[in-house]
Amino acid sequence: MVERHRPGHTTPQAAVALDEKGQALERLLPDVLARFNPELGAAVDLVTATVNPSDVAEACLTLRDSPECRFDYLTCLCVVDYEEHLQVVYHLYSTTHKHMMVLKANVSPEQAVVPTVTSVWVGADWFERESHDLFGVTFDGHPNLAPLLLYEGFEGYPGRRNFEMPEYAEW
Amino acid sequence: MVDVSVESQSEGQLDTVQMLVNMGPQHPSTHGVFRMVLMVDGERIVDVEPHIGYLHRGSEKLCEGEIYAQIVTLFDRLDYISNLNNEMAFCRAVEKLMSLEVPERAEYVRVILCELNRVASHLLFFGTFGIDAGAMTPIMYAFRDREKIQSMFEAVTGARMMHNYIRIGGVKNDVPDDFRQRMTALIGELRQGIDEADRLLSFGEIFLARSKGIGVIAPERAIAYGASGPTLRASGVPMDVRKDAPYSIYDRFDFGIPIGEKGDSWDRFYVRVEEMRQSLSIIEQALRDMPEGPTITPTRLVLRPPQGEVYVRGENPRGEIGVYLVSNGADRPYRVKVRPPSFCNLMAIRELLLNTYVADAVVILGSLDIVLGEVDR
Amino acid sequence: MEVTLGSGNQEPRSILNRAAPGIVTARSEELIALARKSSLWPMTFGLACCAIEMMSTYMAHHDLDRFGIVPWPSARQSDVMIVAGTVVKKMAEPIKILYEQMPEPKWVIAMGSCATNGGPYYRSYSVVMGVDHIIPVDVYVPGCPPRPEALLDGILKLQDKIMQDARERGRKA
Repeated sequence: MVERHRPGHTTPQAAVALDEKGQALERLLPDVLARFNPELGAAVDLVTATVNPSDVAEACLTLRDSPECRFDYLTCLCVVDYEEHLQVVYHLYSTTHKHMMVLKANVSPEQAVVPTVTSVWVGADWFERESHDLFGVTFDGHPNLAPLLLYEGFEGYPGRRNFEMPEYAEW
Repeated sequence: MVDVSVESQSEGQLDTVQMLVNMGPQHPSTHGVFRMVLMVDGERIVDVEPHIGYLHRGSEKLCEGEIYAQIVTLFDRLDYISNLNNEMAFCRAVEKLMSLEVPERAEYVRVILCELNRVASHLLFFGTFGIDAGAMTPIMYAFRDREKIQSMFEAVTGARMMHNYIRIGGVKNDVPDDFRQRMTALIGELRQGIDEADRLLSFGEIFLARSKGIGVIAPERAIAYGASGPTLRASGVPMDVRKDAPYSIYDRFDFGIPIGEKGDSWDRFYVRVEEMRQSLSIIEQALRDMPEGPTITPTRLVLRPPQGEVYVRGENPRGEIGVYLVSNGADRPYRVKVRPPSFCNLMAIRELLLNTYVADAVVILGSLDIVLGEVDR
Repeated sequence: MEVTLGSGNQEPRSILNRAAPGIVTARSEELIALARKSSLWPMTFGLACCAIEMMSTYMAHHDLDRFGIVPWPSARQSDVMIVAGTVVKKMAEPIKILYEQMPEPKWVIAMGSCATNGGPYYRSYSVVMGVDHIIPVDVYVPGCPPRPEALLDGILKLQDKIMQDARERGRKA
């Protein structure tokens, strides 16, 4: 996993191309999420909103219940390790409006605590357990954060970038 | 783990003792290495604790150490019954990030093979679900047809299962010269085979008694769990990525989305049977319109997509697959996350099993059609 | 198996056969091995991708039944364990228990490259690099996944091995 950087070479950025639904959401979200002071952006064809980790559960509830958004379907929940911070990423979808957005929250690797969204979508249950397993993010208020994928007694967080892959070993 | 507790029911009734029943990870009907611990009161299930992770191979982490072209092989092995659909999802993610155009002919080949893969996957489900419900013969019919599909795959891609055929920017090679004739013949045989198997199993009295009204899930609950694919559509929600957000060339075809009425095990079964017929019709239309031309946009072997993140959705036989790809401009991805359809469908298992009978547990689990390879990744 | 039989019109050479025609002589060891190899019951036990090809082998097209091979859902009555798929560390303990539950004599076929040495998941943090780290393996079938024909070949190799072992044991005794 060695990244080579040529001197004087700037990495190109992916082109952003929001469709109509995305543009509508981009106009809509500042009002809906006004309480949480979101930082809006775009990733290729999806609108992204970054909020404070402590506000995640409330923001999700607002997004689910506001009539213009109706994000009633949690498509995906994952964690990305950017080394200086861990990013919890929620991909939300609306089965009524058929639009999609990304909600993000940055937490520090040492103090990785995010409120759970299992009360908003039941389907977040295993996603959060998995993220706890692989990245060590604690989801505050989750009913049962027992290991899901890894066996009991596994040490370390294999999802994180600094996890050393083992060499061949007799087992 | 659930503790064994002894509870007596209300007076005047027979005293029962609650008992723990462990199913799996090695159990003939758990479709892989899924384990669940059932707390039963007589024949009735009062509590369920599912355990997964017996096939956690760390695919997502391994992806971070491979170059983009190599990752396609790892995606093959995620959902190992619908390999081509997985490959397509990953390749589309990279293509979207790089704004890479795919030649017209390649899109048609991709769609034909993906839909054929959907039929193969549903055929496997058809057979194993029959076994789960106690019918041993349908699997022979299902595998007879599946074998033909696999031979077809071998002729086109060179492999029966792990194809590594859909590449970033197109497909590996053009289809054989007699592709159209062979496919047309195959579609006819499959139509006939599906009808035959359907007549054998679907409306049998015993089969209906085993699956009708068993394991009902309401549409709101299915959505809350993030269920997708036939599991969600059986509850009456017509959600299909091919229609909602058409990708590739799916907007050019005329096909229906079969939905169920009640959301029980039989609906989940029959939605899939109908889907096979729809898939065959898509293949026919694609074969008719398939243009000539190149099948791959040449790219460098070691790709360096621009910095950014992308999320693509695709309709797998089991439901909606999502690929979240983060790139930092290097030759290897920074993070790959797969949203596996079976993972979300399986989450509903506790709610589906509560207050049913032990014998129905197998049928309900079978009707979800899980593949542990993608549940655990 | 050393069975003395007459060929064509020639009389068998053994005195026993001349004294009592129609009798075949063989070592008991080899006779039992012949019975064992002709009705191998593998445990129904699919781990990952290879299990699908294993199922294909059982079904009508390739028909393992013609070798007397019938899948059996319980470990207690089976002779062969076909380890079809990736063995991860969480699954290692159950596999060991299953192997111990099988009655002697028992054989193990490692099907596919994952069960042989970890395969494409060689570098992963959670994968056992080959099932031979946990239980002894008799036959390795290469491929990812192996074709049904390859599994058939592996099973035939196992049958050869069963006969060969019996012959060698007979020689030692």
